[in-house]
Order: sequence, then C-alpha cells, then structure tokens
Amino acid sequence: MTRAFGMVTFQAFSLLAAAFAMTIVADDVKAAPPPQAQLVHIGNFTFNQATLTVRPGTTVTWVNDDDIPHTVVAQGLAFKSKVLDTGDRFSFTFAKAGQFGYFCSLHPHMTGTIVVKA
Amino acid sequence: MNPENDRRDFLKCMAWAGTGALFAFNGGITSSLGLDSAIAAPLLRSASKPFTFVQLSDSHIGFNKPPNADARATFREAIAKVKALPNQPDFVIHTGDVSQLSRDEEFDDADQMLKELGLPVFFVPGEHDMLDPDGGKAFLKRFGKGSMGAGWYSFDHRGVHFIALVNVADLKPGGMGNLGAEQLKWLKADLAARHSSTPIVVFAHIPLWTVYEAWGWGTDDAAEALKLLARFGSVTILNGHIHQITQKVEGHIAFHTARSTAFPQPAPGTAPSPGPLKVPPEQLHSMLGITDAVFVRGHDRVALIDSTLTA
Ligand SMILES: [Cu+2]
Ligand SMILES: [Fe+2]
Ligand SMILES: [Fe+2]
Repeated sequence: MTRAFGMVTFQAFSLLAAAFAMTIVADDVKAAPPPQAQLVHIGNFTFNQATLTVRPGTTVTWVNDDDIPHTVVAQGLAFKSKVLDTGDRFSFTFAKAGQFGYFCSLHPHMTGTIVVKA
Repeated sequence: MNPENDRRDFLKCMAWAGTGALFAFNGGITSSLGLDSAIAAPLLRSASKPFTFVQLSDSHIGFNKPPNADARATFREAIAKVKALPNQPDFVIHTGDVSQLSRDEEFDDADQMLKELGLPVFFVPGEHDMLDPDGGKAFLKRFGKGSMGAGWYSFDHRGVHFIALVNVADLKPGGMGNLGAEQLKWLKADLAARHSSTPIVVFAHIPLWTVYEAWGWGTDDAAEALKLLARFGSVTILNGHIHQITQKVEGHIAFHTARSTAFPQPAPGTAPSPGPLKVPPEQLHSMLGITDAVFVRGHDRVALIDSTLTA
C-alpha cells in the first residue's frame, strides 16, 4: 500500500511537475518575446542612455541627432562604428551577456555602457 | 626711412590679416602686441627683419549646416584675405580640422585652395581629420609628408623653432586630447639640443591647457610637454579646436586659440553642448575672424593679432 500510495503520489507529483513545467514554458514564451531592439540617441555630445541594460540577442542602434559627427567605439573593440554624420545609424547585436563600455573616439568624454544580462 | 613708421605700417597691415591670426616675429624674440598698443609702443630694438606667418584653423571643409551652409566659401574668403596681405607671410600653419569628415574630396578642396597662396603650409590634424577607415592615414598621406608617428614634426625658421604636435590620435575613453608617451619622448629629444634662448612656437589642434574639462577642451598629458618647455625663455602655443579665441600666459609660456574659418562654438559652459553656435547669417563673418590677441609679457613679447572675416 505504502508502495502503491507512493507511486500514485509520485505520478501525481510528476503530473503536477509536468504541468508546472509547461506553465513555466508557456510563461516563458509569453514573457520573453525576441528581445526588443533598443535605440540610443546621440545628442548634445552625449549618449542619451548612459547605461542601457538589455537581454542577450538584443540589437542596439545608435542614431546621431547632432550636427557634428560622432562615433561609437567599444573599449575592447567588440564593436566600432564608422563615423556617424547627422542622422546616421549604427547597430550591433549583443549575443552574449557582459558589460560593454563604449565611447566616441572624436569626443572621448562621451561615454556609455551596455549591460547585457539574461 | 623711419623704422617706427615702418613698424606702424607693418602692424597696420597685420590688422588686415582677416583670417585666423597673424604673428610677427622681431629679431628672433616673439613680439606680442595688440594693434593699438603696438602702434603706441616703442620700437623693438632688433637688427633682423621681422617676419610673419598666418594661422588658419578649423576649416571643416564639407561642413554645410547652420550657421554656415558652405564652409568652402568661407575658407576661400580667408585665403583671399591672406593673399591680399601687403606683407606676405613666410608661411601658413593650419591647426587642424581641415575637413569635416576626412573625405578625399574635402582634403582635396582644402589642398587646392591653399595652393593658391603659393606659400608653404604646415599642418597638424584635428579629430575630424582622423575619420578615414585607417584612422588618419588619408590626412597624413596628403599633409603629413616627412612627419613622425601620428604626424608630429619640427622645423626652424629664422631662429625660431616650430614644433607641430598631434593630440587627436588614439584618444582614451573618458579623456581629453592626448599626446602619448612616444610623442613626448620625441619632444624631449627634439628640445634637448636647443638653447633655452631659442624662441619656441608649438602648434597642435586641441588646446594644450585645460580650457573646459566638461567639453574635453584640454589635453590629458599636456603638463608633461609643458615641463619640457619650461626652461625656454619664449614659448608660444597655438591651438584651434574650440573655434574661438582664448588666451593665457603662464610664466614664459603664452597660450592662444584661434577662430575657425567655418563656424563658431559657444564659450565654455554657455550652451548645453559645444556644437556649432547657430548665429544669424549677418553675424557669422564677425565670428570667423575679429581679434584682440593682446598680451605683453616682460621682455619677450609675442604679437598675436586676430581679425575677422568681416570686410
Ligand atoms: Cu563625438
Ligand atoms: Fe573644429
Ligand atoms: Fe576639433
């Protein structure tokens, strides 16, 4: 009996667990659409989001709203834009988690950070 | 012939320089006077013939936004002013941001216009001249022949030692202008053999003193260069980048920044950013040229006479 009860309990637990797991999966699907693309505006010689936190897989686009050219250069050179004149854009997709400091190589006092975490 | 009148005429002519700044050297000692005080001042006792050179800066060829739809046109005006000088300068220095985006046609146009002067032109790059895919090679190939590293060099002219420094290469995140260890080492060697009585003129794009840190208007390791220059009796440092005149004298060192021939920038901290100052069209020419670079220092006087593109 004990054994049967145990089995039933185990089965019930498994079912529950499976159901629970499915819920999690379902929730996951709902909660994690493909990462939203993010936009960083460059204006007045600043990156408008000094620190931007995104999920892995996110594409970040920088757009230069100034009337002076800027660049976007990662400190470890993980990414490096060409010169961005007014209205020009640069995009990079962050596949892996990590912290990416970047700056404008023309105006190095312009700095920003992208934090990528799951 | 009255030498004082000569000098007056000479200085009057300088007032018509009309471009960035115009410099007079008298007898190897840099003489520094504003026009008014120059006319009033006693004649400098000197045996050798004075000479002048012109500084042009920040031509930004290719810039075409407010307040200047055509930076080529204003540069052409600046060059016409130089050509019209009755006392022709011995040479011209261009303190950087020759181009807006380091494009071949921008460099080419600047080059063609400057050639009309028929004078030697000495360049240093600004950060806008480092934007080709190779980070400054296009500029160096055209304007930096015979230079070292990122484009530094020196030369002598009538007893004055000229040093061209580059502080826009390999800039560090969060920093300002940067000379770098290699260039400082070269500078030390370049100065080592010189007598401290040799007048020195240093030119570089970004100011070699901190004008305004929040906008990056300074050079992180400038102090090391200034230390090497400290023993010289007459040092004049000429910069651009900030598109307005500022000046300062510290010991034997005179600092001066020139106007742009393309567009003015705001005074430190007076605007949200150092972007172009959008002045009305009728004001533009007066901000690309007047000047009152008046500083007199002890026995060594350096004349820096700035004037505007206003006719
Ligand atoms: Cu920038
Ligand atoms: Fe400039
Ligand atoms: Fe500049």
